[in-house]
Amino acid sequence: MSNKDIEYTTVIGVEGPLMIVDGIKDVAYNEVVKIRLADGEERTGQVLEAFEHKAIIQVFEGTRGLDTKLTSARFIGETMKLGVSKDMVGRIFDGTGNPLDDAPPIIPEERRDINGEPINPCAREYPREFIQTGISTIDGLNTLVRGQKLPIFSGAGLPHNELAAQIARQAKVLGKQEAFAVVFCAMGITNEEANLFIKDFENTGALERTVMFLNLADDPTIERIILPRMALTCAEYLAFDLNMQVLVILTDMTNYAEALREIAAAREEVPGRRGYPGYMYTDLASLYERAGRIKDKKGSITQIPMLTMPDDDITHPIPDLTGYITEGQIVLERGLNKKNIYPPIAVLPCLSRLMDRGIGEGRTRGDHAGVSNQLYAAYAEGNDLRDLVAIVGEDALSERDRKFLEFADAFEQRFVTQDNHEDRSIIQTLTIAWELLSILPPAELKKIDENYIRMYHPKLNSET
Amino acid sequence: MPKIKGKIVRISGPVIEADNMHGSKMYDVVRVGTENLIGEIIRLNKDVATIQVYEDTNGLKPGEPVLSTQEPLSVELGPGLIANIYDGIQRPLPTIRKETGDFIARGVESDALDRKKKWHFKPIAKKGATVIGGDILGEVQETSHIIHRIMVPPQHQGTIESIVKEGDYTIDTEIVVLNHNDKTHALTMIQRWPVRKPRPVKNKNDPSQPLITGQRVVDTFFPVAKGGTAAIPGGFGTGKTVMLHQLAKWSDAQIVIYVGCGERGNEMTDVLQEFPKLEDPATGEPLINRTVLIANTSNMPVAARDASVYTGITIAEYYRDMGYDVALMADSTSRWAEAMREISGRLEEMPGEEGYPAYLASRLAEFYERAGRVNTIGSQKREGSVSVMGAVSPPGGDFSEPVAQNTLRIVKVFWALDADLADRRHFPSINWLKSYSLYLSEVSKWWGDTIGKDWLKLRNNAMALLQKESELQEIVKLVGPDALPARERALLESAKMIRENYLQQSAFHEIDTYCPEKKQYEMLRLMLKFSQLIEDAVSKQVHIDDLIIMKTYEGLARMGKVPNEDYPKHFKQLEHDLEKEIQALIKERVK
Repeated sequence: MSNKDIEYTTVIGVEGPLMIVDGIKDVAYNEVVKIRLADGEERTGQVLEAFEHKAIIQVFEGTRGLDTKLTSARFIGETMKLGVSKDMVGRIFDGTGNPLDDAPPIIPEERRDINGEPINPCAREYPREFIQTGISTIDGLNTLVRGQKLPIFSGAGLPHNELAAQIARQAKVLGKQEAFAVVFCAMGITNEEANLFIKDFENTGALERTVMFLNLADDPTIERIILPRMALTCAEYLAFDLNMQVLVILTDMTNYAEALREIAAAREEVPGRRGYPGYMYTDLASLYERAGRIKDKKGSITQIPMLTMPDDDITHPIPDLTGYITEGQIVLERGLNKKNIYPPIAVLPCLSRLMDRGIGEGRTRGDHAGVSNQLYAAYAEGNDLRDLVAIVGEDALSERDRKFLEFADAFEQRFVTQDNHEDRSIIQTLTIAWELLSILPPAELKKIDENYIRMYHPKLNSET
Repeated sequence: MPKIKGKIVRISGPVIEADNMHGSKMYDVVRVGTENLIGEIIRLNKDVATIQVYEDTNGLKPGEPVLSTQEPLSVELGPGLIANIYDGIQRPLPTIRKETGDFIARGVESDALDRKKKWHFKPIAKKGATVIGGDILGEVQETSHIIHRIMVPPQHQGTIESIVKEGDYTIDTEIVVLNHNDKTHALTMIQRWPVRKPRPVKNKNDPSQPLITGQRVVDTFFPVAKGGTAAIPGGFGTGKTVMLHQLAKWSDAQIVIYVGCGERGNEMTDVLQEFPKLEDPATGEPLINRTVLIANTSNMPVAARDASVYTGITIAEYYRDMGYDVALMADSTSRWAEAMREISGRLEEMPGEEGYPAYLASRLAEFYERAGRVNTIGSQKREGSVSVMGAVSPPGGDFSEPVAQNTLRIVKVFWALDADLADRRHFPSINWLKSYSLYLSEVSKWWGDTIGKDWLKLRNNAMALLQKESELQEIVKLVGPDALPARERALLESAKMIRENYLQQSAFHEIDTYCPEKKQYEMLRLMLKFSQLIEDAVSKQVHIDDLIIMKTYEGLARMGKVPNEDYPKHFKQLEHDLEKEIQALIKERVK
């Protein structure tokens, strides 16, 4: 008799999200377990630690109602797999991969291990195709490219969901019409937040090309561990088998990390920083690194993970470890939000590591790199002067410094600020940038090549 | 040797336990399970061996076999290493891709070095000669500029009974037969060496030559010596990786080993795609022709991260033994430390600080100690060096954490990356007030002799200027710059000139990315001259605002971007114009 048919009733312990089964044999590490409760309800689990005759199992739907007498466990002989198919596009799934909408289950074309396999670094194609999001602070200063993983670091109560929806709505590669899909993975967000996305996708017709994986705030926590893996397995299938351009939105990674900590604590592991497990970096990397492009394949996976920084602290382990893996970050700031600036993107701590290769002549425009550096430097200087003004007053400033101060204000008002539905082209973004830079004396524009100053500076340009 | 075959009794992530392993040695390599995954023994308790597995353990079952190879983890050394890219346990990634596709499957076996390729071998040693470990038997032209010296492995010696004629051979062809105490031993072009054991040297010398990196802030202010060690700690986004890439690209080492340890896949791709296109400034050859890459990205199995660092340094030592200057970059040593922590946690060892194992400090020290300028083994006198530069990724950018602190206790150069500087796009974001180099006095003789006698004086003057600036900035924060006396304002402007146009250097500008040492010297000299001249001018009542709008001011600011071929002429003209322009301003004032 194979293990698949045996119902073990030898549960010897239940602890937090974990269940311990004894008297078993031939159980594989990470194997999926079907658990039947006394009342017939079925739950799913996964082997976390395998011994010769014992296994420690994490139960995805929670351990409430489990007992050591009547609960039984069946080991299905394989690791967690997701059936993938092109029909998944336009559908909604729950944390165990079952459809949540009223339509019938999909007929999988293939079943894939949700843990995936690492992309061979030799097989990767370096991402360099500019994605226009229509948001000036991103396109102009922290350019997103296809195959990049660019997270949004936010705080509780900031409009990161609106921003993510706007990116999903507006993102496009210029001059190309290609099969495009959004994979939306919600971990522990509220019903209301999920609805915002669903409605937005509905209104713009994007729902038809979206795959949703939902685990809402009131759904079992432990499912959050497998949810992004399913979403990414689906994304990999769409991108690398069906040649689609896939945008993956993962929200909220903070809830994911909390779930990870919960399991680590239940297993009495030696904790790393702030109680999070020491392997959290590796674990997060196993998700984020699934973004990318592959040589000779048309499709791509671009990831936008979102996380709320506990207490707006960017050094907290969740944003910190994320930042070490992802290719940059977009940081939202409460101060800007209070000033009624949308999107409240704090430009200075933002970064896009793949920007340099994605911009310039033939991609965006030749002056892009210089303009971006100049905006950064000038805004940083203007921002510093604000502190000085607070102490000595504006009158104590030199003429030059006053210009920088003026620039910093105008930058926030005209460059950063834009409407939730305003879709600026990269040329519009650069035009605004030049208007702002013309506030400063031309001699201060040291980061821009002289040729471009002559070509694009609105004042010098009009003189000639 | 009797076979050691046990079976798995426990699996917990990358760590497994197997019983019936009596006779195994610590750090022996084992093959795990039916898929033949590669692992290494890291603890022995009676007949139970604890094993870290270098591959994903998903689906592994207790009861599956474990077979010991009874050999420690070793690398293959021989022609064909250069321009290759390996994973942490020296499996060639291009070959793996050919065999298993775009994603890395498990249980792949592949020779590190191509057995089929023929290399042109030129014998040097003669029949009948007595040789010892390290002696050169012959040469192979490995890439256009690298001659691969085929050496007697350190553990061998004897009289050459036979040696093949010049010709094309595969690396596993027997090329030499040694006779030692009437026992013969055949040698091929391959050596094997256990990664955790340093390769022997005759003796270590003190570093005295700078490793020129073409990065102004490094070469001028915080130089590293050939055979030296340096650490680059910095939070995320401060530019560690770009900095290491710059060092890998432009360092004047003959061989570069780049270890991507637990970092991003795209970064390795970047190196793979860029290096064949970039030219080595010393030879004009593509950079890839002097580079060996080790890639164990963050999503690849964690145990192999530990191995990747050792694999890298062993290959570095091998080329050092041929007499080359080798530079090794490890990005990032924190990920390696985290791998140690993860494995240690699975072993339920008593944790030290922040959950890191208590042996963290000694492991780091052992690793960095493998750097150095040495006289190699062998009967001829030969000198080689391994310089090691390691990135450190401290959580939250806080340097007080264990990995950064333990590293700083060992290394001689500290390039402190600063998030504040990075935020304002001051790159490389090396903080000039916090960083230090203990090689300064060693290398200043070289600079003085080769580039300019007053090099050290210029460097120290510039440093003093920057130091003074930071003190003045404190006052400026309180009263504003206008309240300062003219002389202090001139000093601020001079420091700003150095900060913005000397310390800052664009890695992405085709000229600025690499600054030859003579040009660095000339730039610094001119900037300090500017400093002197404006100080003099303000003392003659010239207003500082008039000085910073000078035409030559802009010329000075753009010196880094002047093409490396015609800078001498250009700088001369600039110096002349500068003097004239300031003279004119003073004259006007006197009127």
